[in-house]
Amino acid sequence: MPGAPWLAAEVAGTVEETPRVRTLTLGAPGWPGHHAGQHLDVRLTAEDGYQAQRSYSIASAPEDGVQLTVERLDDGEVSPYLVDEAREGDRIEIRGPIGRYFVWEASDPTPLLLVAGGSGVVPLMSMTRHRAAAGGRAPVKLVYSSRRLEDVIYRSELEELAARGDGFEVVHTLTREQPEGWTGYSRRIDPELLGEVAWPAAERPRVYVCGSTRFVDAAADGLITLGYEPQSIRTERFGATGS
Amino acid sequence: MIVSRGFRGRRRKGPPDRVPPGQYLTDDFPVLSAGPTPHTPLEDWTFSIHGGAEPLRWSWEELHALPSETVTVDIHCVTRWSKLDTVWEGVSVDTLLEAVEHDASFVVAFCDGGYTTNLPLEDVTDGKAWVAFGYGGEPLEPEHGGPARLLVPHLYFWKSAKWVRGLSLRDDDEPGFWETNGYHLRGDPWLEQRYWGD
Amino acid sequence: METRDLRLDGNAIGGLLLEVFGLDLTAAPSVCGSCGSRQEVARLDVYVNAPGVVVRCCRCQAVMMRIVQGRGRTWLDLSGTGCLELGELG
Repeated sequence: MPGAPWLAAEVAGTVEETPRVRTLTLGAPGWPGHHAGQHLDVRLTAEDGYQAQRSYSIASAPEDGVQLTVERLDDGEVSPYLVDEAREGDRIEIRGPIGRYFVWEASDPTPLLLVAGGSGVVPLMSMTRHRAAAGGRAPVKLVYSSRRLEDVIYRSELEELAARGDGFEVVHTLTREQPEGWTGYSRRIDPELLGEVAWPAAERPRVYVCGSTRFVDAAADGLITLGYEPQSIRTERFGATGS
Repeated sequence: MIVSRGFRGRRRKGPPDRVPPGQYLTDDFPVLSAGPTPHTPLEDWTFSIHGGAEPLRWSWEELHALPSETVTVDIHCVTRWSKLDTVWEGVSVDTLLEAVEHDASFVVAFCDGGYTTNLPLEDVTDGKAWVAFGYGGEPLEPEHGGPARLLVPHLYFWKSAKWVRGLSLRDDDEPGFWETNGYHLRGDPWLEQRYWGD
Repeated sequence: METRDLRLDGNAIGGLLLEVFGLDLTAAPSVCGSCGSRQEVARLDVYVNAPGVVVRCCRCQAVMMRIVQGRGRTWLDLSGTGCLELGELG
């Protein structure tokens, strides 16, 4: 069959991001580089030849090698291995980078709206990191929905980036539980929330939405209600089931 | 081939007299879907049999007025999971076919959403198949094919068509949705008949 | 888990299409053979929790593609796709 070959990759480092989420830095000789927003496929082979394969968004900026951020799904086939078992020196196979639609270049000056549901923040973080590394000028708003504060991935890095005052803003919403004294949003994304934080549709921003299907559909529908052109909204839906 | 240290996956092997070759046991009930879940209101729902001397149709109430049975069966999905001792309630296809005069050799099950699957008549008769509307003591949920699905547990579970609305009796075998796209015409898990040419 | 979450989009089969076609088709324009809707593959409805992959038009839900892989073979049905644009994008 034609198509992309599988590349050997080694786990070069790991970072525990939240109780259920971990970032793995991979070393992969021959990796061609990627664009912000792309993903890769991971293939694991057991000693008896059994194989499982899943897709994961690349978390790192194109300027910074290959990092994956993976959320452990309770009934997952691959994610429990990557989050709980894999350690430095372990080998996996990767294929990619994949995706020519859900990609963003820092050279684009258009205002950028990023809407993330849970681990949907990962490809949007690649875009955010790319903007910082490349000195992108586009004003960016990241609207990020998580269950609880402890589930917010990259929390301190996002704080630090927002504090630079160079046009990057983050708005969090915590949907299940909020810490004492929380003054931010505490509900699922809806048109009213988006209307308060997003640019008016007339500014014609580029939009990227990523998360579960239910999240993405709700966010995209909400933006369309506010007058956003459907074609200006790019979406990527993550599966929650071990498929 | 690169082996990932410590990777095993979630599969569990089972007793070989219960679990066909190449299958693994599961405790949950995976939901598979080729499209959006249909939602036909029960007052509009009917089950039909075409291709006999006369077409027949049962409403939801009429189907429930027929003798039904509760069966405990093992089910095997071609995607390699098997689930043992599943409990279903439904009307035997034999009961439905008793009402029809026919000399068909094959059937095609047709469903809300457009799914079809084909079977030899002998694979849905003599106590091998049901129109099932109950699972685990509860009404069959839409995600698992409710209000009613075909249940043919001795074949791979793609033959147990979800959201079934009827059977078409035929002289010839007409491949259905998956059978026209690589999957085996019959699908016996004990002969591992997964794909064309198996 | 909601059954709605079983529906993904064309991004989810980027690797599969790369394997089958040798091309990254996620941004490829496609035309639904049933209703004529024109969308990038990434916008199509994709079901992967099934004996095979089913790609449906996001407007009318008609089946546009079916892809099954097994025993080293791939079975591909594109009969529901009116047109698929391949090639370099700007």
